[in-house]
Amino acid sequence: MKQFWKSMLKSPSGVIGLIILLLAISVALFGPMLFPNSPWRMVQRPFLPPFTLSTVPLGTDALGRDVFAGMIFGARVSLLVGLVSTLVALVVGVPIGAMAGYFGGKVDDALMRFTEFFQTIPSFALAIVLVAILQPSIYSIVASIALVSWPPVARLVRGEVLSLRTREYVQAAVVTGQSNSWIILREILPNALSPVIVLASLMVATAILLESSLSFLGLGDPNLISWGYMVGAGRTVIRQAWWITVFPGVAILISVLGLNLIGEGLNDALNPRLSREGR
Amino acid sequence: MLSFVAQRVLKGVIVLLAIVVLNFFLIRLAPGDPAVVMAGEAGASDQVFVKQLREKFGLDKPLPEQLFIYVKGVVTLDLGFSFRQQAPVAKLIGERLPATLLLTLTAFAISLALGILFGTFAARFAGTFLDTAITVFALIFYAMPLFWVALMGILLFSVTMDWLPSFGYETVGANLTGLAHAVDVAKHLIMPAMTLGLFFMATYTRMTRASMLEVKRLDFVKTARAKGLSDAVIQRRHVLRNALLPVVTLAGVHSGTLIGGAVITETVFAWPGIGRLMYDALLQRDYNLLLGVFVICSAMVLVFNLITDLVYRLVDPRIEFAA
Repeated sequence: MKQFWKSMLKSPSGVIGLIILLLAISVALFGPMLFPNSPWRMVQRPFLPPFTLSTVPLGTDALGRDVFAGMIFGARVSLLVGLVSTLVALVVGVPIGAMAGYFGGKVDDALMRFTEFFQTIPSFALAIVLVAILQPSIYSIVASIALVSWPPVARLVRGEVLSLRTREYVQAAVVTGQSNSWIILREILPNALSPVIVLASLMVATAILLESSLSFLGLGDPNLISWGYMVGAGRTVIRQAWWITVFPGVAILISVLGLNLIGEGLNDALNPRLSREGR
Repeated sequence: MLSFVAQRVLKGVIVLLAIVVLNFFLIRLAPGDPAVVMAGEAGASDQVFVKQLREKFGLDKPLPEQLFIYVKGVVTLDLGFSFRQQAPVAKLIGERLPATLLLTLTAFAISLALGILFGTFAARFAGTFLDTAITVFALIFYAMPLFWVALMGILLFSVTMDWLPSFGYETVGANLTGLAHAVDVAKHLIMPAMTLGLFFMATYTRMTRASMLEVKRLDFVKTARAKGLSDAVIQRRHVLRNALLPVVTLAGVHSGTLIGGAVITETVFAWPGIGRLMYDALLQRDYNLLLGVFVICSAMVLVFNLITDLVYRLVDPRIEFAA
């Protein structure tokens, strides 16, 4: 563990990514306490340009709502949706991949065909259709993002399990008569974890992008403000008020960039052999 | 070669059928009567139309029979009727398909060409300032939400500099023909295509760079060098050709993302393709049209995957087709 943090902190991208993520998480957790302006309330005249009033630092939108407040509250939605949908995707993908890799044969065939099928479907189009049919809400958004993002997890875990299954310590566990689930959970999966962690950090980034795209199209949760929704709402007035679209977009860009950098840092830290070879 | 193609086509058809079945169940996932759901948002449809739908899809019959009727309809390219637009779904999609193909293929070509170019440069000058600059830009482009790139493009090139039109396929009412028309369309195309291509360009840049650096260290490159081949020949014929394989694979994997990106791009730029059609269907809760576009998008991805599979086989020096 100590070794891990040491190499993580040695990679510049990992450090920058961690700083960005910590910043984003603290904004999401404590921001609303420090800036209690509701993002839905009219606080000033509409189209107030940014940097004119210190109480409304980033100006107001077409309805006189505080853009800065929206960005702070939006951080909650983006991070929450990103993390939860990735977790759900892991809960679906890891067991499928583990079973396919461990049992092999027909089980593997069936599960992998199933996975490939979901991988072929254009994911964003499927997410749109699902959210539209289930009606937009934070639950339907999380569910559809998870549903379109689990296949890579399953494939990755399958590959890892496939190579670990033949190791001697696993064979030893088989000989001592351990149950299949015990072997998978206690012997194999812990050793397959590091590439999954790297993938998961990248998936959170993709999930944030997906959520913002859905909200941009008007498929966001109508009760929660999100960055994508703000950009979508500011789209029609972009000629008069650039700031409504620019700032929330920058917030998305920075969070996604941070998570991608963490992914790279994790990759360097968890697979030191691989990253050195890559140079 | 032929049997390979036949095998792949067959597999694609099976997947497509499975998607159609998925579609069938998606309609039934929506709250309410499927006939009302298919007709569009409640209140938009009249009773006669709903009754027609109920009869046509046999909604009073058992589920397997309903499924059969539905699949049969889709197979014969009957994707249903859009009550909102007062036209068959297949016709609406057919009209919009060329614009989407023009947009996605242009974006794809731009992203692939520039991505390979930048990636090759970055690998060639690995560790220098040029490499760092390319890598940093690729990272940033990779993290930008597509809809935001589109809006920033409009803000910069249309609103501020007034260089390019911000929406549409051609200048409305200009009635241009021949070359003038082509130039007009190209002017409208350039910003949407660049927007859509930017993310993929970043991906291909990163992939090409990583893959070239990896191939460079392999033994056969050393052999080529020992044979006394020039650096340019080694780079082009040995390194690049092998390094491109993962890029081709990635292009196939990304075809679905490309189509999804087209929905956003076409929405922002009012590009008259099926992505925009999907957005309109979404706004009006025109589920029949929405699912129709979804099936066609999936079919496009399947065709694209088939093509990349073939290209992979052609590019990969390790696989040779018996003539």
